[in-house]
Amino acid sequence: MREFFFLFLVIVAGTGGELCVTRAMKVIGEVHDFRPAALARFVFRAMRVGWMWIGIGMMTLAFFSLLAMLSIENVSLVVPVTALSYAAGTTGAKLFLHERVSPQRWLGVLIVCVGVTLVWLSRR
Amino acid sequence: MKDSPGLHFKTYLLLLLMVLFAPLGNVLLSKGMKGIGSAKNWAAADLLHILLKILTSGYIWLGIACLLAFFVAYMLVLTWADYSYVQPASAFSYAVVAVLGYFLLEEVVPPLRWAGIAVICVGVFVVGRTPPRTTEKA
Repeated sequence: MREFFFLFLVIVAGTGGELCVTRAMKVIGEVHDFRPAALARFVFRAMRVGWMWIGIGMMTLAFFSLLAMLSIENVSLVVPVTALSYAAGTTGAKLFLHERVSPQRWLGVLIVCVGVTLVWLSRR
Repeated sequence: MKDSPGLHFKTYLLLLLMVLFAPLGNVLLSKGMKGIGSAKNWAAADLLHILLKILTSGYIWLGIACLLAFFVAYMLVLTWADYSYVQPASAFSYAVVAVLGYFLLEEVVPPLRWAGIAVICVGVFVVGRTPPRTTEKA
């Protein structure tokens, strides 16, 4: 039961964290100036957006949940299952960020999920 | 939503930086930590000794710099590109890890892993053929 709980946290908190960071970046808006001083100002502005800190907090929770999960189950089981986060991320992007996900993008995401699973099944 | 060639160019450029810096950072951290070794016991003095070794390791600092560069590139690309575009595209880093491991660390890459990498590349190609931005500009 606790492995399902940690798996849930890895996928939901990890993907949720990345979605929150994305929301913070949308608040800042498209960056056009890539000079070092402008990039430093961009990072400081990002740190003042609340979504950024929520995202970092959720990603930290997901990281420690992954460590806990790895202490219970084999990595060859854990990581292929976490490939579900690609599907969760695309669903979250559609619902939370209102992105228009075309059938072609869905197909690409599913192919990536299969590929990530094969890569991790190859671990000895 | 109109996509200019410039938008595609800067998106691909930052994705390239992401898929290079993240695996490189992890490889450097791994090399640094393997050189330092693990704690023999968990006494405070032993842990302090390891911490000092970590803080004075060039590989560790280079690894941290690479991961910071990755995160800034990730943040930048998300200011204009879709998350549902960036997330699967960044899976290409699995291929970079395997290639770095094969050529730099002389690791053995089993056929199943190459097959998985080929499938990921197909998936990234399919996602890459969709427009990077489907939402209105902020």
